[in-house]
Amino acid sequence: MRRALVFGLIGGFAAWHLSLVGLIEAFAGRRLIGQGVTFSYVLLLALMLTVGYLVGRRISNWTGLLGAALAGLLVGLALWVLALLVATVDLRTVFVAASPALPDILTFNRGTGAVGLAVLLLVGAAVGFLGGGLTWLPATGRRAVLTALAIAVLVGLLRDVLSPIFPAPVMGFLFTPTGGLSLPGTATVLALALAVPIARQVLANRASSHRGSLSVRALQRRRVAARVIGVVFLASFPLWAGLFLSNVSDFVGLYILMGLGLNLVLGFAGLLDLGYVAFFAIGAYSMAVLTSPELGHFTLGFWEALPIAVAMTVVSGILIGLPVLRMRGDYLAITTLGFGEIVRLLVLSDWLKPHLGGAQGVTRIARPELGPFVIDRPQEYYYLILIGCGLAWFLSVRLRDSRIGRAWMAIREDEDVAQAMGINRVTAKLLAFATGAAMGGLSGALFASLVNSVIPQSFSLLVSINVVALLVLGGIGSLPGVVVGALALVGLPELLREFQEYRLLVYGVVLVAMMIFRPAGLWPEETRVRELEEAAEEGKTRAPAEVAAVTQDGA
Amino acid sequence: MRARRALSISLVLAFILALGAACQQAEGPGQAGPSPTPAAPAFQPPQDEIGVVEIKPGEPIVLAGALVIAGPDAALGTDSMRGIEIAIDDLGGELLGHKIELIKEDTGCNPEGGQAAATKLAANPKLVAIVGTSCSSEARVMAPVINDAGMVMVSPSNTAPDLTDPTKHVEAYLRTAHNDKVQGKVAAEFAFNFLKVKKAATIHDGSLYAEQLANVFAEEFKKLGGEVVAQEAVGPDDTDMRPVLTRIATQQPEIIYYPIFTKAGGFVTRQSKEIRGLENVKLMGADGLFSPDFVEAAGDAAVGMYLSSPDVTAFGSGYQDFVAKYEKKYGEKPISIFHAHAYDATMMIAEAIEKVAVEGPDGTLYIPRKALRQALYETANFQGLTGNLTCDENGDCADPKIAVYEIVSADTSGWPDQVVKKVYP
Amino acid sequence: MASAARRLAVLTGGRRIDLTMVIAWTIGALVLVLVLVGSYQTLVAGRYTAGQWFDFIVFGLAQGGIYALIALGYTMVYGVLRMINFAHGEVFMSGAFSAFFLADALARRGFLESRPIISLLALLAFAALVSMTIAVILERIAYRPLRGAPRLVPLITAVGASFFLQYTFRGLFGSGVRVYPTVPLLEGTILGIQIKLIVVFLGALATLGILWAFLTFTRTGLAIRAVAEDMEAAALMGVDVNRAISSTFAVGGAMAGVAGVLYALVFAQVQFFMGFLPGIKAFTSAVLGGIGNLPGAALGGLVLGLVESVGPSLFLDGLGIPAAHQLKDAIAFTILVLILIFRPTGILGERLGSRV
Repeated sequence: MRRALVFGLIGGFAAWHLSLVGLIEAFAGRRLIGQGVTFSYVLLLALMLTVGYLVGRRISNWTGLLGAALAGLLVGLALWVLALLVATVDLRTVFVAASPALPDILTFNRGTGAVGLAVLLLVGAAVGFLGGGLTWLPATGRRAVLTALAIAVLVGLLRDVLSPIFPAPVMGFLFTPTGGLSLPGTATVLALALAVPIARQVLANRASSHRGSLSVRALQRRRVAARVIGVVFLASFPLWAGLFLSNVSDFVGLYILMGLGLNLVLGFAGLLDLGYVAFFAIGAYSMAVLTSPELGHFTLGFWEALPIAVAMTVVSGILIGLPVLRMRGDYLAITTLGFGEIVRLLVLSDWLKPHLGGAQGVTRIARPELGPFVIDRPQEYYYLILIGCGLAWFLSVRLRDSRIGRAWMAIREDEDVAQAMGINRVTAKLLAFATGAAMGGLSGALFASLVNSVIPQSFSLLVSINVVALLVLGGIGSLPGVVVGALALVGLPELLREFQEYRLLVYGVVLVAMMIFRPAGLWPEETRVRELEEAAEEGKTRAPAEVAAVTQDGA
Repeated sequence: MRARRALSISLVLAFILALGAACQQAEGPGQAGPSPTPAAPAFQPPQDEIGVVEIKPGEPIVLAGALVIAGPDAALGTDSMRGIEIAIDDLGGELLGHKIELIKEDTGCNPEGGQAAATKLAANPKLVAIVGTSCSSEARVMAPVINDAGMVMVSPSNTAPDLTDPTKHVEAYLRTAHNDKVQGKVAAEFAFNFLKVKKAATIHDGSLYAEQLANVFAEEFKKLGGEVVAQEAVGPDDTDMRPVLTRIATQQPEIIYYPIFTKAGGFVTRQSKEIRGLENVKLMGADGLFSPDFVEAAGDAAVGMYLSSPDVTAFGSGYQDFVAKYEKKYGEKPISIFHAHAYDATMMIAEAIEKVAVEGPDGTLYIPRKALRQALYETANFQGLTGNLTCDENGDCADPKIAVYEIVSADTSGWPDQVVKKVYP
Repeated sequence: MASAARRLAVLTGGRRIDLTMVIAWTIGALVLVLVLVGSYQTLVAGRYTAGQWFDFIVFGLAQGGIYALIALGYTMVYGVLRMINFAHGEVFMSGAFSAFFLADALARRGFLESRPIISLLALLAFAALVSMTIAVILERIAYRPLRGAPRLVPLITAVGASFFLQYTFRGLFGSGVRVYPTVPLLEGTILGIQIKLIVVFLGALATLGILWAFLTFTRTGLAIRAVAEDMEAAALMGVDVNRAISSTFAVGGAMAGVAGVLYALVFAQVQFFMGFLPGIKAFTSAVLGGIGNLPGAALGGLVLGLVESVGPSLFLDGLGIPAAHQLKDAIAFTILVLILIFRPTGILGERLGSRV
C-alpha cells in the first residue's frame, strides 16, 4: 500500500507537470478518436494506466489491484485539486499555463464541484485498476494489447502524414473530418494491430516446427528475398510517400551520413568529437561559396564543386585533428566543441562577410544537373542522398574490417597499449578525423544544395549534440544503429511536428528514458553488449560492499 | 491444433471485414459522394488554374501558422502565433459558417526548418493559406514550395528587402511586416536631421534582421553626410555588453543604433549607463525593442531612448483591446513584437477568403486559389492594428509610415501612451 | 638530428618527444605569434586608455566570477563521477528563475529596500534550495541507474535532462524575459568599480572558500573525497557511495543556485534559455583549469572571463578585424586550445581525489 501511495503521488506530480507546462490545454482540441477522446485525455488516462500498472507489477495479488486503483485514484485527486486551485486562485502571474480554461478540461467538463471530484476519482480508480489488471494478462497478450493501443494513438496523431499515402476514401473511412480517428477506423486499426503480431506468432510457430526440414538454400533464398524487398522499398519510397515524407527522409539521410562519419571517429576510434557540425558547415559553405553567383568568387556547377567541398573538409579534418592528437576524453570533447563554435562564429562574422555571406547567409546555391534534367525537388534529392549513404556505409564496413579499423578499435580500448603494440596513432587518428570529416562534408554539401541556401544558424552546437545522441541511442559503433538512431531522433520528431513547442521537452524525456531502459542502444554492436554485460556483472559483485557500507553507516 | 488456430485467424479477419463493410454502409448515405449532387445541376463550382479548395459542410477551413515556436527564437514565433489565435477568436472561431482550424508548424528560424514545414504544409490539399514565416531565412526556402503548391502565405515578421525585390519575389508571398529599407532610412534621417548628430555607431546581433537594419542605417547615415565611427556586433545570448560598449566609447559616437531584440537590447541599454564616455550618448533601437517587455528589461536606463516603429497612432484603441485579450488568454504581456502583424495577416486572409469563396447549393464552400491570391494583392486601405494596409505588386502590405518614439517613462503599466511619445515626424 | 632531439629532451625534462607533440607545439607557436603580433599592434595604436584597459579587466573578472561559480559545481561532479553534467547550466537557470518570484514578491512589499541584507540572503538560500533539489532529483532519476554504463550514456541523459528542464521552465513560466528588481544597496560604485561586480567577485571567492572548508573538515566532505579518489575502495571502507554522490550533487547544485542569483543581480534578466551558454562556458572553464580541480575551475572561470572581455580588443584590433567583439567566443576557444596544447591537463592540472 505504501508503494501505491508513492506511485500515486509521483503520478499526481506528473499530472501537475503536464497540466502546468501547458501540454494538456494545448492538445485539448486535438481529437484522436471520435469526437470526444482528445490527446489531452489520452495523456491523462495513459498516466493513470501507467501508475496502476507499475503498482500492479510490484504486488501480484488482489491487494495489488486495489493498490493500483488507489494510485489511479490519487492521480485523479491530484488533478481535481489542481483544477480547484486554478479555478479559485489566480496563478497566472507565476504559472502562465494555468489558464481559466484548464479546470474544465481537467475535470472532463464536470466542474470543480463534487461531481467533478467524483468523476475524476472514479475514472482514476477504474483506469488504475485496469492498469493493475494488465499485469494479470500473459506477457505476449499484454504486449499485444499495449502495442495495439499505442499504434491506434500514433495513427491518430499521424493523420496529416498518412493522408498523401492513402487514397481519399481510405482516409475518409479511417478519420472523421474534424481530425480524429472515426469509430470504425479505430476498430479497424486496433483489430489490425492485434491481428498482425498474432499472425506473425502463428507463422513463426509453424516455421519453427518446419525448421529441421528447411534447407540452407531455402534460408538463403529467404534472405535474398528480404534484401530485394528492402531495395525495392528504398528505391520506390519517394514515388508513393509524397513530398513531405521524402523531405523528412532526406534529412534523416543527411543525419545518417553525418552519423556514419562520426561513427568512424567516435564509434570506431573512440574519439569524442562534440564539434562535428564543423565539418557539416565546412562542406555546406564550400558548396555555397563555390557555386553561388551571389558572392561572385566562383560559379562552378554542383558536380564540379562537390569533390572540392569534400576535399576541403578532409583538409579541415586533418587541421582540426592535428592540435588535438594528444588530448584525451573530455579535453578532446571541449576542444572539438570549441572548433565547432569557432567555425560557426567565423561564418557569421562581419569580418568574413564579403567571402562567406555573414549573417545574411548565402542563397542561390547550385542544383545538381544530369544532362538536361535538374534535380530540385526533395523526392529527387532522396536518390542522391541514398547513394551518398550507400557509399558511406560501404566505406565504413570496409574500413571496419581492415587493418586501420582494427587499429582504431585498439586505440579505442587503450591508447597506450595500442601504441606499445606498434600502432601509429598519429596516422590512425588523423585518418579517422579525415574520413569522418569527408562524410560530414558530403552531408553538408548535399544539405546546402537541397535547401538552396545556408545561414549560420543552421550550424549550431545542437547539430553536433544530435549526431552524438543518435549514435549513442542507436548503439555506439553499430552501423545499423546509426540508421535506427537517425530514424528515431530526426525522423520521428519531424513526423510528430504537431508537438511543436513541446517537441524538445518530449525529446529530452525520450533521451533519458531510452538511455535508462536500453543503455546499449537500440541496435547495439556485439562487442559492446558483451562489455555491458561484464560491467553489469561487476556491479553485482560490488553490491555487497555497498550493503556493508550502509550497515556501517547505520552503526 | 493448427486447424483451430487457422480457424480463429479467419474468424478475426472475417470480423474485421464485416466491421469494415458495416461501417462503410453506415457512413455511406450520410456523406456526399464524390460525384456532384444531382439536385443542383445549375450550379457550376468555380474553376481556377491552380486549384480550388472544396470544403464540405461540417468541414473546417484550414489555415496554418508556420512560425518559429520551439528553440532559442521561440518567443518571436510564439508571439505571432498568439496573434493568429486571437484573430481567430475575434472571428468567432469560424468563417462563412465553417470552423477555422489552425495548423501550427515550427519553422526553427533556419532554412531547413522552413523547408520541412513548407513540404508538410504543401502536402495538405485542404490548406487554404499560411501565416508565416517568422524569419526571412525560412521564407526564402518556403515561398517557392508554397508557390508550387498553389497556396499563399502572408508573413507577419520577415523584414529582409530581398523577399519583395521584384527580381526575386515569388507570387505566393506577401507580408504585413515592413521592409527594412524603409525603417533604416527613417532612423538615419531622424538621427541626422532631427537630432543633428554627426557621429553614429551601430550594433547588431548576427540575426538577419538586425544586421540588415544596422547596415541600411549606416549606409543612409553616411549618404546624409554623417560619419559611422563603429560597427560592432554581439551574440543574441551574450549578457556582458560592457566590453563591446567600452570599445565603442573609444570612438566617441553621439548616437548608438542597435536594432536588436529584447534580451540583448536590455543588456546593452542598462550597461551603456555604466560605461565611461557613454554617459551622454543617445540610444536608439528599432521595432524589435518596441515593447513593454524591453522597457522593463532595460529599466530606468531606457528613459530618453528613441525607438523607430510603425506609426502606432494608427494602432489606436484596437491595439489596446488586443493587448488586453492577449494578457487574458496567455497570462503574460506580448513577448515579442510581431503579434499585431500576425493578427492583421490573419484578418487580411479572412477578408480575402470571404471575398472569393463561393458556396454551392449543398453548402460546400469553394475557394479558388488563384483568385484568393489576387484578392490578397488587391487589399487596399485595410484597417489593421498596425495601420492602413495596402499591398503592392511585390507583396509588401505594411503601412510604410514609420515614426520615431521616445521612451518617457520606465513604468510599463501605462504602455504605450504614458511610456512612449511620438517625436518624429 | 640526434643532438637536436637530445636538446629537446632536456627542454621537456627528459620526456620522450613524439611527432604529435612537435606538430601540436608548432601550431600552438603559430597561434601564439598571431596573438602577440595583434596585441603589440593594438597597444602601439593606442586606441584605449589605461582606464579603459582597467575597465576591461574588471568586467572580465566579474563575468569570470560567475563562470567560476558554475564551473565549481561542474568540476565537483566530474571529480566524483568522471561525467560531464551537461544539465548543470539548467540547474543554474532553475535557481535564478525560481528566485525571481521571491525577489519580485520581496520588492513589492518593500523588503528589498528596508531589509536588503536579509532579503538577499533569503534569495540566495531559496535559489540554492531549488537548485539543490533539482540537482539531487536529477542524479537520482537520470544518472544513478547508469552508473555502470559506458561514459557516453550519462552524457546523453544529461543532454536529455537539460532539454527537459529548459522546456519545463518555459512551459511553467513562459518564454519571455523576467526582470529582477534592482537592489538599492548594490547600486553605485566604489573606486570607480560597481558594487554589484565586487559582490559577485567576492561571492565567488567566498563560495570557493566555504567549499574548500566543507570538503576538508566535514565528514561528508571526507566521504566525497574518498569516493572521488576510488569509488570501489571507498565503498569497501564503509563509505556510503550513493549518499556521497548525492551530497556532491546537492553542494554543486546549491552553488549553481547562488551563482544564479548573483548573475541575476548583475544582469537583471532571467529567461528559460539563460543556462545553456553559461553552462558551456563553465564546462570550458573547468577544463581550462584542469577538470576535477577546484581552484583550477575558479581560475579557469576567471581566465575565460578575462579573455572574453580583453581578448577582442587586445588581440584582434591590431589585426584590423572589424566587429571584433563578435568573435569573443572564438577567441576564448582558441585560447583554450592553446593552453591545452602546452598543458594537456589544464592550467593547474588534474588533481582528482585529493582536492576532488
